[in-house]
This record gives sequence, C-alpha cells and structure tokens, in this order.
Amino acid sequence: MLDNNQLLRFTTAGSVDDGKSTLIGRLLYDSKSIFEDQLAAIENTSKKKGHDGVDLALFTDGLKDEREQGITIDVAYRYFTTPKRKFIIADTPGHIQYTRNMITGASTANVATILIDARHGVIEQTKRHAFIASLLQIPHIIVCINKMDLVDYSEDVYNDIIRQFEDISSKMLVTDVRFIPMSALNGDNVVNKSENMPWYQGAPMLHTLETMHISSDINKVDARFPVQTVLRPQREGFIDYRGYAGRVASGIFRKGDEVTVMPSGFTSKIKSIDTLDKELEEAYAPMSVSITLEDDIDISRGDMIVRSNNKPEASQDIEVMLCWLHNDSAKPRAKYSIRHTSNEQKAMIKEVVYKYDINTLERNSNDKDLKMNDISKVKIRTTKPLMIDSYRENRITGSIILVDDATNETVAAGMIV
Amino acid sequence: MSKYYLNYLDELESEAIYILREVWAQFQNPVILFSGGKDSILVAHLAKKAFYPAKIPFPFMHVDTGHNFPETIQFRDNIIKDLDAQLIVGSVQESIDDGRVAEEKGKNATRNALQITTLLDAIETNKVDCAIGGGRRDEEKARAKERFFSHRDDFGQWDPKNQRPELWNILNGKHFQGEHFRAFPISNWTEMDVWNYIKRENIAIPSLYFAHEREVVRRDGTWIPNSEFLILEEHEEVVTKKIRFRTLGDITITGGDESDADTLEKIAAEVAGMRNTERGNRSDDKRSESAMEDRKRQGYF
Ligand SMILES: Nc1nc2c(ncn2[C@@H]2O[C@H](COP(=O)(O)OP(=O)(O)OP(=O)(O)O)[C@@H](O)[C@H]2O)c(=O)[nH]1
Ligand SMILES: [Mg+2]
Repeated sequence: MLDNNQLLRFTTAGSVDDGKSTLIGRLLYDSKSIFEDQLAAIENTSKKKGHDGVDLALFTDGLKDEREQGITIDVAYRYFTTPKRKFIIADTPGHIQYTRNMITGASTANVATILIDARHGVIEQTKRHAFIASLLQIPHIIVCINKMDLVDYSEDVYNDIIRQFEDISSKMLVTDVRFIPMSALNGDNVVNKSENMPWYQGAPMLHTLETMHISSDINKVDARFPVQTVLRPQREGFIDYRGYAGRVASGIFRKGDEVTVMPSGFTSKIKSIDTLDKELEEAYAPMSVSITLEDDIDISRGDMIVRSNNKPEASQDIEVMLCWLHNDSAKPRAKYSIRHTSNEQKAMIKEVVYKYDINTLERNSNDKDLKMNDISKVKIRTTKPLMIDSYRENRITGSIILVDDATNETVAAGMIV
Repeated sequence: MSKYYLNYLDELESEAIYILREVWAQFQNPVILFSGGKDSILVAHLAKKAFYPAKIPFPFMHVDTGHNFPETIQFRDNIIKDLDAQLIVGSVQESIDDGRVAEEKGKNATRNALQITTLLDAIETNKVDCAIGGGRRDEEKARAKERFFSHRDDFGQWDPKNQRPELWNILNGKHFQGEHFRAFPISNWTEMDVWNYIKRENIAIPSLYFAHEREVVRRDGTWIPNSEFLILEEHEEVVTKKIRFRTLGDITITGGDESDADTLEKIAAEVAGMRNTERGNRSDDKRSESAMEDRKRQGYF
C-alpha cells in the first residue's frame, strides 16, 4: 500500500488574490480529503460572511486576521493522501508584505504551483515568486492559469499568458515547467478534467502531481553529514561510546568508508552507523543516525563528516544570492550571525555586487541598499570557514540564513552561488 | 527505481529526530510537555531514538488539571519510570489554591483555559527555554500555521502574524532571557501517520484509546465519560457503552466514540474511515471559531 510511498511537498505561489487558497481548498474538497465537521464549520463561516456557497479558501486561511481581511498572512500546512502519493501542501501568502512566509513554505518544496489570474496575466508579484522559486531551485513548476471562468475559458488568453510567462522564465533557471488552465473556484482541471476547456489536452493538476517523478531530486553523490550534537551515553555498555548525531544531508555513507572531518581535516573510518532499532550498513539522505569513527577525534556541533574523496569547499568568503526578509534594512558592513547547516559563525556583508530589478529581472549595480524583499548577489566574509557546496548542487549545504544579534530575528536567506 | 529513498513514515521519523536534536543543541533547559496522550507518547518514543544510546536528556513536564482519566496518570508514571526520566508537574489545583486563577463555574466549566497560567508558571519557575510539544499542524487550523521552532515572548505569547521565517531545515532558536520557544517535532504528522507509526513500532498507549466498556453520558453529540467531576443535567442518563477515545484531554471535556476497535490494526482501519476530525469531540475547541488561536496566543500548548 502506502508503505513504499514518498512524500511530495508542494507549495503555492503567485500574487495576492490569484486563488491559491481557493485552489488548495478545491483540491482537498474534490479529492474528498475534508472532514465533515471541517466542512460544516466552513459552510457556517461562509454564510456568516455573506458568501454564496462555500469559501474554499477558509480551509487554509485559519487565522482570525486572515478571515477578516480575506487574505493569507502566513503559511498553512495541509496534508492529504491519494492511493498514489502522500502530499504536504504549503499554502503561502501572495501579499508582498509576507514574502518571507512564501519563502518559508517554498524552501522545502519539491513542486511549486504558481497561480496567475487569467484576467491580469503575469504581474510583478508573479515575477517575484517565479524568480524566488527558480532561485530556490524548486525542481518542478506548475503554472496554473486560474479564473478561466472569468475569461470565457479562452484558449487565446491561456496561450498569451503562457507566452508572457515564458518570456520571464527564459531569464531564469527553471527546467520542468508545465501549464494548466483552470478555475479553482469551480473545480475545472483541479481534480477533474474541465468540460469547459476541451481544447486543453493535458492532465488536471492532481494527476500531474501524482505522477511527477521526484526521487531524482535528492543529491545522492556528495556524502555530507553535518554534526548536530555528540552522544556520550556514560552508561553501562556504552562507557566509551562517542556518536556523532546528525541527518545525512546528501549522498550515502557506508560502514568502513574513509571519511574526513571538516574543518579540522582529520581522517578516519566509519566504525558504525547506529540507530535505536539496529546498526546499519549504510545511511543516506535524509536519514537521522549516529555515526561512530575508528579514531578518537575532537568533533563537535558545526563540524561536517564527508567522504575523503569528495569534499565541500572550506571558505570564509562566500558569494550568495540573498533574499532580504526583514523590515529593517541591512546595515552596511554590519555583523550578523550566519547559520549554515549546524554551523554558526559571525559574518559581515562585504559587498553588494548587484540587485535585481524584479520587473525586468535586470541587474542593477548602482542601488546597493538591501531592503525587505530585495534579491541581490552579495559577498559575505565569515569569521571561520564554512564547508560549502553551491546551492545548485546541494540544497542543504548550499543554504544559509543571517540572524540579527540585536533582535535574534532571521533577516535574510541566502543561496550559495 | 533506486532504493535510496525513504518512505514517508521513515522521512517523518527522521525529520522529528532532527528537530529534537536541534532543540537539545540550541537550548539550555528544554522539557518535553507530556500529557499522556498518543502524540506526547510518540514524541517520547522519537526522543528515545534521537538520543540512543544516551538517555533522553530532557525532563518531562505535565500540566495536571486534576481532571484526569486515572488511566492516563497511571500510564504517565509507568513511562517515566521506564525511561528513568525526571517528571515536573505543574498543578492547576495549586494555581487555583494560590489564587493565580479562578475556577470556571457552571455545567460546562472546564479547567482547560486555566492550564495556560499553570503552564507558563511552570516554564518560568523551572527556567525552561524550550517546551517540546506534540502539536500537529493537521489537528486544527491555527496549529496549521505553526513553525517547528515557535517563538514565545516574555509573557509566553504567540504572535501568529509576525512569525520568524523558517527556511529549509535551518532552525533559529535564538531568544532573549525570559522568552522561550515551543518546538513541534511532529508538526507534519497526520492522525493517520501517528496510528500507522504506533502500529509499526508497536508503541504502548493508554487503554483508553482501545474500545472498552465505560459509563458515559450523551452530551453535545458525543459520549462524555462519567466521573466525579460531571454534573448531570436532569434529562441526562448514565449508560454503559463500548467506546474509545480518539484524543485524550481532560475527562470533563473529552468525548468518546462508540467503537469495536480493540487492537491497533482495528484502530488504524477505523481512523482511515473517519469522517470527522479528531478534535471534533473536544468541547474546548468548539467554544468559538478561533478558540484554539486565542488560547495559543496566550500561551497554550
Ligand atoms: N471567478 C473565480 N474566482 C476565483 C477563482 N479562484 C479564486 N477566486 C476568487 O478570488 C478571490 C481570492 O482567492 P484566494 O484563494 O483567497 O486568493 P489567494 O491567492 O489565496 O490570496 P492570498 O493568499 O491572499 O495571496 C476569492 O474571492 C476567490 O473566490 C476562480 O477560479 N474563478
Ligand atoms: Mg491565500
């Protein structure tokens, strides 16, 4: 049955009011994933708000403020299962003010569904979200051209928007893009094939999600094991046990493998890979295990165990594509804490190389302020080396966040170039 | 197809272990909030895995309303003994006796909301900087908005409109003195996942989850267990039914369903066919549309 099933994590994106939450509600509703009491509660609220019919967006817009304003403010996570797959949905806000929450939902997704209101076509916020999805290297993108009911289900409108989107996506790094015309409100091409758009030959959204090939999304080549903590049981039977606890970020580790501990550079061999259930012969991403080594080496949180014949780069100077997430702009040459896997150091933004103009996707090397929602390429200097891969190769060892020590807030997300 | 991928239960397990280890690494004084319900039992089980062969390095904290199912308390004490763990109890009765909170009055009175004060007091007195909970996003619409690491200000409050972004798997638990975090390692588990996993791992759970004969009263469309705290209305009648509980809260507010499911297999099959959510029988959630959000803002679990 489901035992062999994988999780597919997908996120919604697109401008405010393009119908993201309605789409998720429709998807859950038409796939019969909604409980009766949930439906009753939402029918009730819809009636109170004077809606005719059920407002499907209420399935994800669960906060008081969201319901009052009729917009999504923060990511809502929803779960559903079909006989083919298990899904985790992140329904994210379209409002520019909450872009940070969109990035939160998108950062762990395998698939992004970008919605476009058929009446408005591609607008700035569509571009911003598409660009963020491409920077995050979400491997699969489904562009949902929504509200087709409001444009007479016109194939011309649909084709025109595809052209608009391809116009911008040609400037981005995206590989697998598909287009679906739909009406989230009425359920056309969400779970069921639309009768109003016989000209569309493709599959509806659910079928597309169910059949997408995703197991190739994980990096199986570069073995990386960031150490989260050291396990020293100090109890009978394990007096000398020293296990390095972590989750395999990528690649495969086997008992007996030659490994190097970074940044110290000491080498050893894997003695055992332990879990409570049993000792393992091998561990691969994203397994959480405890690794012991043949030699007694000083290893602590923030270190990384890698295979000796395939190492990340250890560097104090890194170039990243940085999304600024906080209301407070970046302070020039200010120090931040930088978090990279389990490693934490201090860092300084040394230089803003260029900033993107979201509308044209052109690079601007004159405007160097980093304000909320800006996306720029920057050079960062850290106090100690980080063990990095490029984000393109490795989503885990290629990503960083910046934390403002004055507020403890996460202020920026970065993808290592 | 390559064999190097995890099925969904293994992936959820691995994610939870990762989060528990991050808690341990990032905080000075974390605790596991333990109610004796299936979700907190699951968290305890995952914590065992996260730190093996070391012992679970956290104490357990139970907010005791005094309105418990006796079976739950028995179970709690056994598990604590089994794990050789430390138990911290925050007592709602004591909060009432100390005048920190006032008991609700009337037939629908519960101690549910009173727990908030006791919980926050216990967090403060024990200098807890992270309380690990068994909350799941699929339980309730406000919980659907929670981060893995969720910030609480120095009044213990949650600000859902202004949460920290949480990117990839990098968790930021930095905080100032007096503030704390809630961590939710099983955020991404559904009720079905929990049961499938309990079945797979053969995890012991309180007998209340299995169908059993019990004295109950029909109230608000559910079967409320008879107990010393129950005030009967005139028309209400105590009957004996074979029921089981889908969630365990206070004995005063937790409704049961009629059921014959007396094995884990049968429970999993029953849950798969359920047409109502698991908290649908919890009168604490039904008080208003935003009952959970309101309580969570104040510092509830
Ligand atoms: N006619 C029509 N209206 C739609 C369709 N999809 C959504 N809507 C309406 O568009 C409005 C906005 O829908 P939402 O689902 O809240 O939009 P959203 O993209 O989630 O908005 P944010 O989350 O705030 O960015 C609602 O009034 C919906 O009923 C559609 O296919 N056709
Ligand atoms: Mg929305």
